Amino acid sequence: MDNMYRENILDHGMNPRNTGVLDPATIDYEVKNPLCGDRLRLTIRVDENNIITGVGWDGEGCAISQASASMLGEEIMGKSLDDVQALTKDDIYTWLGIPISANRVKCAMLGLKALNVGLYGLEYWRDLQDREEEDEE
Amino acid sequence: MTQDTTLSFDVERIRADFPVLHQEHSPGHPLVFLDNAASSQRPAAVIDAMGDYYRRYHANVHRGIHKLSEAATAAYEGSRKKVKRFLNAKSKREIIFTRGTTEGINLVAQTWGRVNLGPGDVVISTVMEHHANIVPWQMLAAQTGFDLRFIPFKADGTLDMDAFGEMLDTLPVKLVTVMHGSNVLGTINPIEQMAQMAHDAGALILVDGAQSVPHMPVDVRALDVDFFVFSGHKMVGPTGIGVLYGKRDLLEAMPPWMGGGDMISVVRLSGSEWNELPYKFEAGTPSIAEAIGLGYAVDYLTEVGLENIHAHVEMLTDYALERLAEVAGLTVYGPETGRGGLAAFTVDGIHPHDMAQLLDAEGVAVRAGHHCAQPLHDELGISATTRASFYLYNTKSEIDTLVESIEKAKRVFKL
Repeated sequence: MDNMYRENILDHGMNPRNTGVLDPATIDYEVKNPLCGDRLRLTIRVDENNIITGVGWDGEGCAISQASASMLGEEIMGKSLDDVQALTKDDIYTWLGIPISANRVKCAMLGLKALNVGLYGLEYWRDLQDREEEDEE
Repeated sequence: MTQDTTLSFDVERIRADFPVLHQEHSPGHPLVFLDNAASSQRPAAVIDAMGDYYRRYHANVHRGIHKLSEAATAAYEGSRKKVKRFLNAKSKREIIFTRGTTEGINLVAQTWGRVNLGPGDVVISTVMEHHANIVPWQMLAAQTGFDLRFIPFKADGTLDMDAFGEMLDTLPVKLVTVMHGSNVLGTINPIEQMAQMAHDAGALILVDGAQSVPHMPVDVRALDVDFFVFSGHKMVGPTGIGVLYGKRDLLEAMPPWMGGGDMISVVRLSGSEWNELPYKFEAGTPSIAEAIGLGYAVDYLTEVGLENIHAHVEMLTDYALERLAEVAGLTVYGPETGRGGLAAFTVDGIHPHDMAQLLDAEGVAVRAGHHCAQPLHDELGISATTRASFYLYNTKSEIDTLVESIEKAKRVFKL
Protein backbone atom coordinates (compact mmCIF):
# COMPACT_ATOMS: atom_id res chain seq x y z
CA MET A 1 0.00 0.00 0.00
CA ASP A 2 3.01 2.30 0.38
CA ASN A 3 3.02 2.43 -3.43
CA MET A 4 -0.14 4.50 -3.12
CA TYR A 5 2.21 7.20 -1.93
CA ARG A 6 4.62 7.07 -4.86
CA GLU A 7 7.08 9.81 -5.61
CA ASN A 8 4.83 11.77 -8.03
CA ILE A 9 1.95 11.87 -5.56
CA LEU A 10 4.10 12.95 -2.66
CA ASP A 11 5.76 15.52 -4.95
CA HIS A 12 2.47 17.07 -6.10
CA GLY A 13 0.77 16.52 -2.76
CA MET A 14 3.42 18.26 -0.74
CA ASN A 15 4.44 20.89 -3.33
CA PRO A 16 1.24 21.52 -5.28
CA ARG A 17 1.43 23.61 -8.49
CA ASN A 18 -0.74 26.61 -9.40
CA THR A 19 -1.87 27.34 -5.87
CA GLY A 20 -3.39 30.70 -5.02
CA VAL A 21 -6.72 31.95 -6.33
CA LEU A 22 -6.99 34.22 -9.38
CA ASP A 23 -8.86 37.52 -9.15
CA PRO A 24 -10.48 38.32 -11.48
CA ALA A 25 -11.34 34.89 -12.80
CA THR A 26 -13.84 33.59 -15.33
CA ILE A 27 -14.97 30.90 -12.93
CA ASP A 28 -14.52 30.68 -9.18
CA TYR A 29 -15.97 27.56 -7.63
CA GLU A 30 -15.49 25.71 -4.35
CA VAL A 31 -16.29 22.03 -3.69
CA LYS A 32 -16.26 20.20 -0.39
CA ASN A 33 -16.14 16.57 0.54
CA PRO A 34 -18.28 16.49 3.70
CA LEU A 35 -17.04 13.01 4.54
CA CYS A 36 -13.44 13.93 5.21
CA GLY A 37 -13.54 17.73 5.28
CA ASP A 38 -11.52 18.19 2.07
CA ARG A 39 -12.05 21.54 0.36
CA LEU A 40 -10.99 22.87 -3.01
CA ARG A 41 -11.56 26.35 -4.49
CA LEU A 42 -10.76 26.43 -8.18
CA THR A 43 -10.40 29.65 -10.20
CA ILE A 44 -9.90 29.62 -13.97
CA ARG A 45 -9.47 32.29 -16.63
CA VAL A 46 -10.84 31.53 -20.08
CA ASP A 47 -10.12 33.83 -23.04
CA GLU A 48 -12.43 34.80 -25.92
CA ASN A 49 -11.24 31.78 -27.95
CA ASN A 50 -12.30 29.43 -25.13
CA ILE A 51 -8.71 28.67 -24.18
CA ILE A 52 -7.75 28.34 -20.50
CA THR A 53 -5.16 31.04 -19.82
CA GLY A 54 -4.98 30.86 -16.07
CA VAL A 55 -5.49 28.30 -13.31
CA GLY A 56 -5.27 28.97 -9.60
CA TRP A 57 -6.57 26.98 -6.69
CA ASP A 58 -6.57 26.80 -2.96
CA GLY A 59 -7.48 23.77 -0.92
CA GLU A 60 -7.06 21.60 2.08
CA GLY A 61 -7.00 17.86 2.07
CA CYS A 62 -5.13 14.61 1.86
CA ALA A 63 -2.18 13.94 -0.42
CA ILE A 64 -4.40 12.19 -2.99
CA SER A 65 -6.84 15.11 -3.33
CA GLN A 66 -4.11 17.74 -3.39
CA ALA A 67 -1.93 15.84 -5.86
CA SER A 68 -4.79 15.14 -8.26
CA ALA A 69 -5.88 18.81 -8.15
CA SER A 70 -2.30 19.91 -8.80
CA MET A 71 -1.95 17.51 -11.74
CA LEU A 72 -5.30 18.58 -13.14
CA GLY A 73 -4.32 22.27 -12.95
CA GLU A 74 -1.09 21.62 -14.86
CA GLU A 75 -2.89 19.54 -17.44
CA ILE A 76 -5.66 22.02 -18.33
CA MET A 77 -3.44 25.12 -18.49
CA GLY A 78 -3.38 26.38 -22.11
CA LYS A 79 -5.93 23.81 -23.29
CA SER A 80 -9.17 24.57 -25.11
CA LEU A 81 -12.49 23.93 -23.39
CA ASP A 82 -13.15 21.33 -26.10
CA ASP A 83 -10.08 19.38 -24.96
CA VAL A 84 -10.90 19.86 -21.29
CA GLN A 85 -14.42 18.59 -21.87
CA ALA A 86 -12.94 15.29 -23.00
CA LEU A 87 -11.18 14.65 -19.67
CA THR A 88 -12.50 11.67 -17.71
CA LYS A 89 -11.95 9.94 -14.40
CA ASP A 90 -9.66 7.52 -16.20
CA ASP A 91 -7.31 10.38 -17.11
CA ILE A 92 -6.96 11.23 -13.42
CA TYR A 93 -6.24 7.59 -12.58
CA THR A 94 -3.60 7.51 -15.33
CA TRP A 95 -1.83 10.63 -14.02
CA LEU A 96 -1.88 9.30 -10.45
CA GLY A 97 -0.52 6.02 -11.79
CA ILE A 98 -1.78 3.95 -8.87
CA PRO A 99 -4.89 1.94 -8.11
CA ILE A 100 -7.35 4.14 -6.20
CA SER A 101 -9.43 2.21 -3.70
CA ALA A 102 -13.19 2.89 -3.57
CA ASN A 103 -12.92 4.90 -0.37
CA ARG A 104 -10.46 7.34 -1.96
CA VAL A 105 -12.20 7.97 -5.30
CA LYS A 106 -13.87 11.12 -3.96
CA CYS A 107 -10.46 12.47 -2.90
CA ALA A 108 -8.98 11.81 -6.34
CA MET A 109 -11.95 13.38 -8.17
CA LEU A 110 -12.30 16.56 -6.08
CA GLY A 111 -10.49 18.69 -8.67
CA LEU A 112 -12.41 17.25 -11.62
CA LYS A 113 -15.67 17.87 -9.79
CA ALA A 114 -14.76 21.53 -9.15
CA LEU A 115 -13.78 21.88 -12.81
CA ASN A 116 -16.96 20.34 -14.21
CA VAL A 117 -19.38 22.10 -11.89
CA GLY A 118 -17.50 25.41 -12.11
CA LEU A 119 -17.31 25.43 -15.91
CA TYR A 120 -21.00 24.66 -16.09
CA GLY A 121 -21.48 28.41 -15.54
CA LEU A 122 -20.11 29.03 -19.05
CA GLU A 123 -22.55 28.93 -21.94
CA TYR A 124 -19.92 27.53 -24.29
CA TRP A 125 -19.30 24.63 -21.88
CA ARG A 126 -23.01 23.81 -21.64
CA ASP A 127 -23.25 23.90 -25.44
CA LEU A 128 -20.33 21.47 -25.61
CA GLN A 129 -22.11 19.11 -23.25
CA ASP A 130 -25.34 19.36 -25.24
CA ARG A 131 -23.43 18.54 -28.40
CA GLU A 132 -21.90 15.51 -26.74
CA GLU A 133 -25.29 14.26 -25.63
CA GLU A 134 -26.57 14.61 -29.19
CA ASP A 135 -23.57 12.61 -30.41
CA GLU A 136 -24.46 9.84 -28.00
CA GLU A 137 -27.96 9.69 -29.40
CA MET B 1 5.55 -8.82 25.99
CA THR B 2 3.12 -6.39 27.55
CA GLN B 3 0.78 -7.55 30.28
CA ASP B 4 -2.94 -7.29 29.55
CA THR B 5 -4.32 -9.62 32.16
CA THR B 6 -5.57 -8.68 35.57
CA LEU B 7 -7.19 -10.96 38.12
CA SER B 8 -10.74 -10.17 37.04
CA PHE B 9 -10.19 -9.57 33.35
CA ASP B 10 -8.52 -11.87 30.84
CA VAL B 11 -8.37 -10.10 27.50
CA GLU B 12 -7.38 -13.27 25.63
CA ARG B 13 -10.52 -15.00 26.88
CA ILE B 14 -12.56 -11.98 25.77
CA ARG B 15 -10.92 -12.02 22.33
CA ALA B 16 -11.84 -15.68 21.91
CA ASP B 17 -15.51 -14.63 22.03
CA PHE B 18 -15.21 -12.32 18.98
CA PRO B 19 -14.94 -14.29 15.72
CA VAL B 20 -14.05 -11.26 13.57
CA LEU B 21 -10.80 -10.72 15.47
CA HIS B 22 -9.42 -14.13 14.46
CA GLN B 23 -8.38 -13.21 10.95
CA GLU B 24 -5.52 -11.61 9.15
CA HIS B 25 -6.21 -8.16 7.76
CA SER B 26 -3.77 -8.92 4.96
CA PRO B 27 -0.87 -11.36 4.64
CA GLY B 28 1.41 -10.90 7.63
CA HIS B 29 -0.81 -8.35 9.35
CA PRO B 30 -3.28 -9.39 12.04
CA LEU B 31 -6.39 -7.22 12.24
CA VAL B 32 -5.97 -4.44 14.80
CA PHE B 33 -9.46 -3.02 15.19
CA LEU B 34 -9.30 0.45 16.73
CA ASP B 35 -12.50 1.93 15.27
CA ASN B 36 -14.79 1.01 18.14
CA ALA B 37 -16.23 4.48 18.70
CA ALA B 38 -17.75 4.20 15.21
CA SER B 39 -19.01 0.65 15.74
CA SER B 40 -17.78 -2.22 17.88
CA GLN B 41 -17.53 -5.90 16.97
CA ARG B 42 -19.91 -8.63 18.21
CA PRO B 43 -19.32 -11.72 20.33
CA ALA B 44 -20.53 -15.08 19.03
CA ALA B 45 -23.26 -15.06 21.67
CA VAL B 46 -24.96 -12.08 20.00
CA ILE B 47 -24.52 -13.40 16.46
CA ASP B 48 -25.80 -16.84 17.48
CA ALA B 49 -28.82 -15.44 19.32
CA MET B 50 -29.94 -13.60 16.19
CA GLY B 51 -29.32 -16.65 14.00
CA ASP B 52 -31.20 -18.83 16.47
CA TYR B 53 -34.23 -16.53 16.29
CA TYR B 54 -34.25 -16.68 12.50
CA ARG B 55 -33.68 -20.43 12.40
CA ARG B 56 -36.08 -21.53 15.11
CA TYR B 57 -38.77 -19.06 16.08
CA HIS B 58 -39.11 -16.11 13.71
CA ALA B 59 -42.61 -14.64 13.69
CA ASN B 60 -44.08 -11.20 14.16
CA VAL B 61 -44.44 -9.97 17.73
CA HIS B 62 -47.52 -8.87 19.71
CA ARG B 63 -49.88 -10.39 17.15
CA GLY B 64 -49.99 -14.06 16.47
CA ILE B 65 -51.97 -16.57 18.51
CA HIS B 66 -49.42 -19.23 17.79
CA LYS B 67 -46.33 -20.75 19.34
CA LEU B 68 -43.66 -18.99 17.25
CA SER B 69 -45.17 -15.56 17.74
CA GLU B 70 -45.37 -16.15 21.46
CA ALA B 71 -41.71 -17.17 21.56
CA ALA B 72 -40.66 -14.15 19.48
CA THR B 73 -42.71 -11.79 21.67
CA ALA B 74 -41.24 -13.28 24.83
CA ALA B 75 -37.68 -12.83 23.51
CA TYR B 76 -38.36 -9.28 22.27
CA GLU B 77 -39.98 -8.19 25.52
CA GLY B 78 -37.33 -10.08 27.47
CA SER B 79 -34.73 -7.82 25.88
CA ARG B 80 -36.69 -4.79 27.03
CA LYS B 81 -36.55 -6.08 30.60
CA LYS B 82 -32.79 -6.66 30.29
CA VAL B 83 -32.29 -3.07 29.10
CA LYS B 84 -34.53 -1.80 31.91
CA ARG B 85 -32.30 -3.52 34.50
CA PHE B 86 -29.12 -2.46 32.67
CA LEU B 87 -30.08 1.23 32.97
CA ASN B 88 -31.83 0.86 36.32
CA ALA B 89 -35.00 2.38 34.85
CA LYS B 90 -38.11 2.28 37.03
CA SER B 91 -40.31 0.51 34.49
CA LYS B 92 -39.92 -1.42 31.25
CA ARG B 93 -42.52 0.97 29.83
CA GLU B 94 -39.79 3.63 29.92
CA ILE B 95 -37.68 1.64 27.41
CA ILE B 96 -38.53 2.49 23.79
CA PHE B 97 -36.74 0.53 21.07
CA THR B 98 -35.51 2.76 18.24
CA ARG B 99 -33.18 2.33 15.28
CA GLY B 100 -30.37 4.00 17.20
CA THR B 101 -29.21 7.15 18.98
CA THR B 102 -30.09 9.41 16.06
CA GLU B 103 -33.66 8.15 15.90
CA GLY B 104 -34.06 8.54 19.67
CA ILE B 105 -33.08 12.21 19.53
CA ASN B 106 -35.33 12.85 16.52
CA LEU B 107 -38.20 11.13 18.32
CA VAL B 108 -37.90 13.44 21.34
CA ALA B 109 -37.49 16.50 19.09
CA GLN B 110 -40.54 15.69 16.98
CA THR B 111 -42.83 14.72 19.90
CA TRP B 112 -41.88 16.45 23.15
CA GLY B 113 -40.11 19.24 21.28
CA ARG B 114 -42.88 19.96 18.82
CA VAL B 115 -45.40 20.34 21.64
CA ASN B 116 -43.21 22.20 24.11
CA LEU B 117 -40.81 24.40 22.15
CA GLY B 118 -41.75 27.64 20.41
CA PRO B 119 -40.78 31.29 20.01
CA GLY B 120 -39.17 32.64 23.19
CA ASP B 121 -37.92 29.23 24.32
CA VAL B 122 -34.26 28.21 24.41
CA VAL B 123 -32.62 24.81 23.93
CA ILE B 124 -28.99 24.44 25.00
CA SER B 125 -26.61 22.01 23.36
CA THR B 126 -22.79 22.02 23.20
CA VAL B 127 -20.11 22.90 20.65
CA MET B 128 -18.59 19.40 21.06
CA GLU B 129 -21.83 17.66 20.05
CA HIS B 130 -22.20 14.95 17.38
CA HIS B 131 -24.28 16.11 14.40
CA ALA B 132 -27.05 13.77 15.61
CA ASN B 133 -27.62 16.08 18.57
CA ILE B 134 -27.38 19.35 16.59
CA VAL B 135 -29.22 18.85 13.31
CA PRO B 136 -32.58 17.52 14.67
CA TRP B 137 -32.78 20.62 16.89
CA GLN B 138 -31.84 22.96 14.04
CA MET B 139 -34.58 21.38 11.93
CA LEU B 140 -37.15 21.74 14.72
CA ALA B 141 -36.03 25.32 15.51
CA ALA B 142 -36.71 26.22 11.88
CA GLN B 143 -40.20 24.71 12.23
CA THR B 144 -41.28 26.07 15.63
CA GLY B 145 -39.08 29.15 16.15
CA PHE B 146 -37.17 28.49 19.39
CA ASP B 147 -33.61 29.62 19.97
CA LEU B 148 -30.72 27.09 19.93
CA ARG B 149 -27.57 27.92 21.94
CA PHE B 150 -24.32 26.02 22.47
CA ILE B 151 -22.11 25.64 25.55
CA PRO B 152 -18.48 26.24 24.54
CA PHE B 153 -15.65 23.97 25.66
CA LYS B 154 -12.40 25.09 27.21
CA ALA B 155 -8.83 24.60 25.98
CA ASP B 156 -8.54 21.45 28.12
CA GLY B 157 -11.48 19.87 26.25
CA THR B 158 -14.00 20.13 29.11
CA LEU B 159 -17.29 22.02 28.94
CA ASP B 160 -17.31 25.60 30.20
CA MET B 161 -19.59 25.02 33.19
CA ASP B 162 -19.53 28.72 34.15
CA ALA B 163 -20.91 29.62 30.74
CA PHE B 164 -23.53 26.86 31.15
CA GLY B 165 -24.57 28.24 34.54
CA GLU B 166 -24.85 31.73 33.14
CA MET B 167 -26.99 30.54 30.21
CA LEU B 168 -29.33 28.80 32.66
CA ASP B 169 -29.50 31.94 34.82
CA THR B 170 -30.18 34.39 32.02
CA LEU B 171 -32.12 32.51 29.32
CA PRO B 172 -35.57 30.87 29.30
CA VAL B 173 -34.09 27.39 28.85
CA LYS B 174 -36.54 24.51 28.40
CA LEU B 175 -34.16 21.73 27.41
CA VAL B 176 -30.49 20.89 27.78
CA THR B 177 -29.34 18.28 25.27
CA VAL B 178 -25.79 17.01 25.72
CA MET B 179 -23.53 14.08 24.95
CA HIS B 180 -22.32 11.95 27.88
CA GLY B 181 -18.96 11.09 26.30
CA SER B 182 -17.37 13.01 23.43
CA ASN B 183 -16.61 10.90 20.36
CA VAL B 184 -13.62 13.10 19.48
CA LEU B 185 -12.21 14.67 22.64
CA GLY B 186 -13.00 11.71 24.87
CA THR B 187 -14.37 14.13 27.46
CA ILE B 188 -16.82 12.62 29.95
CA ASN B 189 -19.31 15.36 30.71
CA PRO B 190 -20.57 15.81 34.32
CA ILE B 191 -24.13 14.67 33.61
CA GLU B 192 -25.31 14.33 37.21
CA GLN B 193 -24.28 17.93 37.93
CA MET B 194 -25.70 19.20 34.62
CA ALA B 195 -29.02 17.43 35.26
CA GLN B 196 -29.30 19.05 38.66
CA MET B 197 -28.44 22.49 37.27
CA ALA B 198 -30.95 22.06 34.43
CA HIS B 199 -33.71 20.94 36.80
CA ASP B 200 -32.99 23.81 39.22
CA ALA B 201 -33.53 26.14 36.28
CA GLY B 202 -36.78 24.42 35.36
CA ALA B 203 -35.38 22.73 32.24
CA LEU B 204 -35.31 19.09 31.18
CA ILE B 205 -32.16 17.22 30.12
CA LEU B 206 -31.61 14.77 27.27
CA VAL B 207 -28.36 12.79 27.24
CA ASP B 208 -26.73 11.17 24.21
CA GLY B 209 -25.16 8.07 25.73
CA ALA B 210 -23.82 6.53 22.50
CA GLN B 211 -20.21 6.73 23.73
CA SER B 212 -20.82 6.15 27.45
CA VAL B 213 -23.16 3.14 27.69
CA PRO B 214 -20.64 0.74 26.08
CA HIS B 215 -17.93 1.76 28.56
CA MET B 216 -19.32 2.50 32.01
CA PRO B 217 -22.22 1.62 34.27
CA VAL B 218 -25.10 4.03 33.63
CA ASP B 219 -27.90 4.48 36.16
CA VAL B 220 -30.54 6.79 34.69
CA ARG B 221 -32.19 7.29 38.06
CA ALA B 222 -28.95 8.17 39.86
CA LEU B 223 -28.10 10.60 37.05
CA ASP B 224 -31.71 11.87 37.20
CA VAL B 225 -31.88 12.44 33.44
CA ASP B 226 -35.20 12.96 31.67
CA PHE B 227 -34.26 11.34 28.37
CA PHE B 228 -31.32 9.05 27.61
CA VAL B 229 -30.54 7.59 24.18
CA PHE B 230 -27.97 5.13 22.85
CA SER B 231 -27.24 2.60 20.08
CA GLY B 232 -26.74 -1.14 20.18
CA HIS B 233 -23.91 -1.37 17.67
CA LYS B 234 -21.30 0.47 19.74
CA MET B 235 -21.87 -1.89 22.71
CA VAL B 236 -21.23 -5.26 21.01
CA GLY B 237 -24.86 -5.38 19.84
CA PRO B 238 -26.45 -5.25 16.38
CA THR B 239 -26.88 -2.25 14.09
CA GLY B 240 -30.40 -0.97 13.53
CA ILE B 241 -31.41 -1.08 17.19
CA GLY B 242 -31.15 1.51 19.92
CA VAL B 243 -32.95 2.70 23.00
CA LEU B 244 -34.76 5.80 24.12
CA TYR B 245 -35.23 5.92 27.88
CA GLY B 246 -37.68 8.56 29.09
CA LYS B 247 -39.26 9.27 32.46
CA ARG B 248 -42.68 7.72 32.35
CA ASP B 249 -44.74 10.87 33.05
CA LEU B 250 -42.97 12.67 30.19
CA LEU B 251 -43.48 9.78 27.76
CA GLU B 252 -47.15 9.46 28.76
CA ALA B 253 -47.76 13.16 27.96
CA MET B 254 -45.94 13.05 24.60
CA PRO B 255 -47.86 12.53 21.37
CA PRO B 256 -46.74 9.61 19.17
CA TRP B 257 -44.30 10.24 16.33
CA MET B 258 -44.82 7.65 13.61
CA GLY B 259 -48.29 6.31 13.09
CA GLY B 260 -49.14 2.77 12.07
CA GLY B 261 -49.69 -0.69 13.44
CA ASP B 262 -48.92 -1.64 17.05
CA MET B 263 -48.93 1.99 18.26
CA ILE B 264 -52.73 2.27 18.45
CA SER B 265 -55.41 0.82 20.69
CA VAL B 266 -58.43 1.73 18.58
CA VAL B 267 -58.55 2.84 14.96
CA ARG B 268 -61.71 4.18 13.39
CA LEU B 269 -61.99 6.16 10.22
CA SER B 270 -62.99 9.16 12.32
CA GLY B 271 -59.81 8.95 14.43
CA SER B 272 -57.62 6.69 16.55
CA GLU B 273 -56.54 6.18 20.13
CA TRP B 274 -52.93 5.53 21.08
CA ASN B 275 -51.59 2.36 22.58
CA GLU B 276 -50.00 2.37 26.04
CA LEU B 277 -46.28 2.76 26.63
CA PRO B 278 -43.88 1.70 25.22
CA TYR B 279 -45.85 0.58 22.13
CA LYS B 280 -47.15 4.12 21.46
CA PHE B 281 -43.67 4.88 20.10
CA GLU B 282 -43.02 1.62 18.26
CA ALA B 283 -45.11 1.79 15.10
CA GLY B 284 -44.79 -1.04 12.62
CA THR B 285 -42.99 -4.36 12.90
CA PRO B 286 -39.90 -3.65 14.99
CA SER B 287 -36.32 -4.90 14.53
CA ILE B 288 -37.01 -8.15 16.35
CA ALA B 289 -33.75 -10.01 15.75
CA GLU B 290 -31.81 -6.85 16.54
CA ALA B 291 -33.70 -6.27 19.80
CA ILE B 292 -33.01 -9.88 20.80
CA GLY B 293 -29.34 -9.42 19.87
CA LEU B 294 -29.21 -6.27 21.99
CA GLY B 295 -30.49 -8.23 24.95
CA TYR B 296 -27.63 -10.72 24.53
CA ALA B 297 -25.15 -7.82 24.21
CA VAL B 298 -26.45 -6.49 27.54
CA ASP B 299 -26.00 -9.95 29.04
CA TYR B 300 -22.46 -10.17 27.69
CA LEU B 301 -21.36 -6.76 28.98
CA THR B 302 -23.01 -7.43 32.33
CA GLU B 303 -21.27 -10.78 32.66
CA VAL B 304 -17.84 -9.30 31.89
CA GLY B 305 -18.71 -6.35 34.08
CA LEU B 306 -18.92 -2.71 33.02
CA GLU B 307 -16.54 -1.78 35.84
CA ASN B 308 -13.96 -4.26 34.48
CA ILE B 309 -14.43 -3.01 30.92
CA HIS B 310 -14.03 0.58 32.09
CA ALA B 311 -10.84 -0.25 33.99
CA HIS B 312 -9.36 -2.15 31.03
CA VAL B 313 -10.15 0.59 28.51
CA GLU B 314 -8.85 3.25 30.89
CA MET B 315 -5.57 1.32 31.18
CA LEU B 316 -5.35 1.09 27.36
CA THR B 317 -6.16 4.78 26.92
CA ASP B 318 -3.54 5.88 29.45
CA TYR B 319 -0.99 3.65 27.71
CA ALA B 320 -1.97 5.00 24.26
CA LEU B 321 -1.66 8.62 25.42
CA GLU B 322 1.75 7.83 26.89
CA ARG B 323 2.98 6.14 23.70
CA LEU B 324 1.48 8.75 21.34
CA ALA B 325 3.22 11.51 23.32
CA GLU B 326 6.54 9.94 22.21
CA VAL B 327 5.73 10.58 18.53
CA ALA B 328 7.28 13.84 17.31
CA GLY B 329 4.81 16.18 15.60
CA LEU B 330 1.76 14.36 16.96
CA THR B 331 -1.02 16.24 18.78
CA VAL B 332 -3.77 14.48 20.75
CA TYR B 333 -6.96 16.48 21.38
CA GLY B 334 -9.02 16.43 24.56
CA PRO B 335 -8.50 16.24 28.32
CA GLU B 336 -5.35 14.62 29.71
CA THR B 337 -7.21 12.65 32.38
CA GLY B 338 -10.71 11.39 33.11
CA ARG B 339 -11.47 10.67 29.50
CA GLY B 340 -13.15 7.95 27.47
CA GLY B 341 -11.38 5.23 25.50
CA LEU B 342 -10.24 7.07 22.42
CA ALA B 343 -7.54 9.36 21.09
CA ALA B 344 -8.15 11.74 18.17
CA PHE B 345 -4.90 13.10 16.84
CA THR B 346 -3.12 14.89 14.02
CA VAL B 347 0.46 14.46 12.82
CA ASP B 348 2.22 17.48 11.30
CA GLY B 349 2.67 17.02 7.56
CA ILE B 350 0.27 14.09 7.09
CA HIS B 351 -3.42 14.58 6.38
CA PRO B 352 -5.60 12.37 8.64
CA HIS B 353 -7.06 10.62 5.60
CA ASP B 354 -3.59 9.62 4.37
CA MET B 355 -2.69 8.55 7.89
CA ALA B 356 -5.74 6.27 8.11
CA GLN B 357 -4.89 4.72 4.74
CA LEU B 358 -1.29 4.03 5.73
CA LEU B 359 -2.40 2.58 9.09
CA ASP B 360 -4.86 0.33 7.24
CA ALA B 361 -1.96 -0.95 5.17
CA GLU B 362 -0.46 -2.19 8.47
CA GLY B 363 -3.73 -3.84 9.51
CA VAL B 364 -4.76 -1.03 11.86
CA ALA B 365 -8.39 0.11 11.42
CA VAL B 366 -9.02 3.67 12.58
CA ARG B 367 -11.34 6.45 11.48
CA ALA B 368 -10.33 9.74 9.86
CA GLY B 369 -12.41 12.83 9.25
CA HIS B 370 -14.51 15.11 11.42
CA HIS B 371 -16.37 12.19 13.04
CA CYS B 372 -19.75 13.91 12.57
CA ALA B 373 -18.55 16.76 14.79
CA GLN B 374 -17.80 19.57 12.36
CA PRO B 375 -18.46 22.48 14.77
CA LEU B 376 -16.01 20.91 17.23
CA HIS B 377 -13.31 20.69 14.56
CA ASP B 378 -14.04 24.28 13.49
CA GLU B 379 -13.53 25.33 17.11
CA LEU B 380 -10.19 23.48 17.21
CA GLY B 381 -9.27 25.14 13.90
CA ILE B 382 -8.62 21.85 12.10
CA SER B 383 -10.54 20.11 9.33
CA ALA B 384 -10.07 16.54 10.43
CA THR B 385 -8.39 14.16 12.87
CA THR B 386 -7.41 10.50 12.91
CA ARG B 387 -9.12 8.63 15.73
CA ALA B 388 -8.09 5.42 17.45
CA SER B 389 -10.77 4.10 19.79
CA PHE B 390 -10.44 1.18 22.17
CA TYR B 391 -12.69 -1.49 23.62
CA LEU B 392 -12.71 -4.51 25.86
CA TYR B 393 -10.91 -6.80 23.38
CA ASN B 394 -8.00 -4.48 22.55
CA THR B 395 -4.51 -5.01 23.92
CA LYS B 396 -1.43 -2.98 24.75
CA SER B 397 0.49 -4.72 21.99
CA GLU B 398 -2.13 -3.47 19.51
CA ILE B 399 -1.37 0.05 20.67
CA ASP B 400 2.32 -0.67 20.10
CA THR B 401 1.40 -1.68 16.53
CA LEU B 402 -0.54 1.59 16.15
CA VAL B 403 2.43 3.67 17.24
CA GLU B 404 4.90 1.72 15.06
CA SER B 405 2.56 2.16 12.09
CA ILE B 406 2.33 5.92 12.68
CA GLU B 407 6.14 6.08 12.67
CA LYS B 408 6.16 4.08 9.44
CA ALA B 409 3.64 6.50 7.86
CA LYS B 410 5.95 9.36 8.78
CA ARG B 411 8.80 7.61 6.99
CA VAL B 412 6.63 7.21 3.85
CA PHE B 413 6.02 10.97 3.97
CA LYS B 414 9.75 11.54 4.59
CA LEU B 415 9.05 13.22 7.94
